Amino acid sequence: MPGQLTYLEDIRKGMWELLEDDPFAVVLGEDILDPYGGAFKATRGLSTHFSDRVYTTPIAEASIVGVSVGLALRGMHPVAEIMFGDFVTLAADQIVNHAAKYSTMYGQPLFLPLVIRTPMGGGRGYGPTHSQSLEKLFVGVPGLQVVAPSHFHPAGKMLQQAIQNGKPTLFIENKLLYSQALKTEGEWNGLYRESSLEPDGFPWVFVKNYPSSKKPDVCMIAYGGVSRIIEPLLIQLANDEIWVNVCLPGRISPLVGNQIVECANESRRVVIVEEGSWDFGWGAEVAARIYTACYKNLAAPIQRVGADLSVIPAARKLEDKVLVSSEKILHAVFEVIK
Amino acid sequence: MFVTDRQVYVELEQSLTEQFFWQMALIRRVEQSLLELYADGLLYGTVHTSMGQEGCDVGVINALDKSRDVIFSNHRAHGQFLAYTDDVEGLIAEVMGKKTGVSRGIGGSQHLHKFNMYTNGIQGGIVSNAVGAALGEKLKKTGAVTVVFLGDGTMGQGAVYESFNMASLWSLPILFVLEDNGMAQSTPSHLEHAGNLTTRGASFGIDTQVMDAEDVLSVYSTTTRVLDWIRSRQRPYLLYARTVRLGPHSKGDDTRSVEEIEAQKRKDPLAHLANKLDINRRSDIEGTIERRILAAIKAAIEADSLETAEGG
Repeated sequence: MPGQLTYLEDIRKGMWELLEDDPFAVVLGEDILDPYGGAFKATRGLSTHFSDRVYTTPIAEASIVGVSVGLALRGMHPVAEIMFGDFVTLAADQIVNHAAKYSTMYGQPLFLPLVIRTPMGGGRGYGPTHSQSLEKLFVGVPGLQVVAPSHFHPAGKMLQQAIQNGKPTLFIENKLLYSQALKTEGEWNGLYRESSLEPDGFPWVFVKNYPSSKKPDVCMIAYGGVSRIIEPLLIQLANDEIWVNVCLPGRISPLVGNQIVECANESRRVVIVEEGSWDFGWGAEVAARIYTACYKNLAAPIQRVGADLSVIPAARKLEDKVLVSSEKILHAVFEVIK
Repeated sequence: MFVTDRQVYVELEQSLTEQFFWQMALIRRVEQSLLELYADGLLYGTVHTSMGQEGCDVGVINALDKSRDVIFSNHRAHGQFLAYTDDVEGLIAEVMGKKTGVSRGIGGSQHLHKFNMYTNGIQGGIVSNAVGAALGEKLKKTGAVTVVFLGDGTMGQGAVYESFNMASLWSLPILFVLEDNGMAQSTPSHLEHAGNLTTRGASFGIDTQVMDAEDVLSVYSTTTRVLDWIRSRQRPYLLYARTVRLGPHSKGDDTRSVEEIEAQKRKDPLAHLANKLDINRRSDIEGTIERRILAAIKAAIEADSLETAEGG
């Protein structure tokens, strides 16, 4: 698909359009001013064109989010950047006990349009405190939504949707997706992308390695950055005539809709993949829901793939071993179909 | 910086004594009633009373421009809430968990929101929320000042210092009101804080005035001038108010000695103000307050709770 923006460019475009169209939009975060434009350059250009509404902040993640919450309470539409997802724990009090509470604890739902963007994930050798996928600490928090676009999702539009639906949002971007071209329509290399929308606009994406004349052997449920690993794997599995339907929610919490159950019932064999450490992870919740709804229909035990329960080492060879890999996902696929 | 002007003070005293007594006596009696309701088993949960801080709360709130200014407060906010909203019925019903409460029984004592006021039971985080609100009001050019109430105990939280830094760095119209009652729950200030709390603001380039909050009229006049200063300069300001805590932290959990509490009672802002009022007028007001509170309690007892928490 020539001409498609990268994931990073699409997110930048999402913020650009927001600032351009919405006089109440504000962007804030550490080191986001030009010429630096943010540690991952997602905000490059914004401060030059919207200088009055783009704020570089002190190194103070709790208050970056705290200030954003205050802005949102008073009718502004803040997009806050936390430079590395690992640092989001510094803002946990603001996310859990302020953002997610103001919107729900006063007897009437309060409109709190706030997006906290942050890059998660490993694979860059940044070591134990700059490589984690910590979203599992925040999924399931009432009053908070966690959105994690894959490179098959319209990431920039989803950022705008999160502001529009007025709920505090933790917006997970994957570092290794930043350079990937977005693939948000149609058909390529024998892969087929479909999508459906949740009632409030967040897209579910389905990527299949088989034409509509065939039925899937495996349902693979995943989100966010693992889409980068799954894409070539789908092509490889198609060569072996193993048909996989990959089901990727855009909003991973709260997880609404019946898509995972329908998908599981269709193939009766389920693999769940997430980048974070798998113990007590998002995939456990998905597996529990599938088990509850379809246990009589499942043809094999549900397989789960995630990072090892380990610190993420800096050395490349060691890091590769800990994180999710094609080999681990393939192993799970073969387990579920054997 | 703000030298007390005798003339202004005398005029204020005449016109405002009665109004402030009305509010402060109301706050005191509402909170005493809440503790009584708890003792009678009619309250569930927690109540942090502000008894002893009415002078600060009423003085500051009345100096605000209620049509636009924004208020953030903490777990001990009944006094500020009543001074700002006069919603006795909504507060009592809320603390009693009824759907007629200001937060429909979901928030309870520590989580109140009405008009431009927001409270939260977590220590410290509201200060950065207030900084964000001040930034928002500045960007919207409303001319509003945001005021945030914090206690001496909260000065242990890092979020406070992050907020001081940002408020000064970005030159925001915000008033920090630090109510120092000398106690953080059960722990005296000298076991919690090194150095001098009154100079914390100055380290961030935030102008500070230390005041004794025993006299509501002087709190009011000081705050009025400070708010004018903030509005014209668009800068943060710290009002450091020395207050007393006459009640327990929550309910019946006071470990202080009788002598200590008696010494604090000598600085009771309500007693201080009551002495300036004609005794007959005073009992009229107190009688009216009593009837209003009893009616509010009766209404709250008769009201239902929500069937389910629909807030989310």
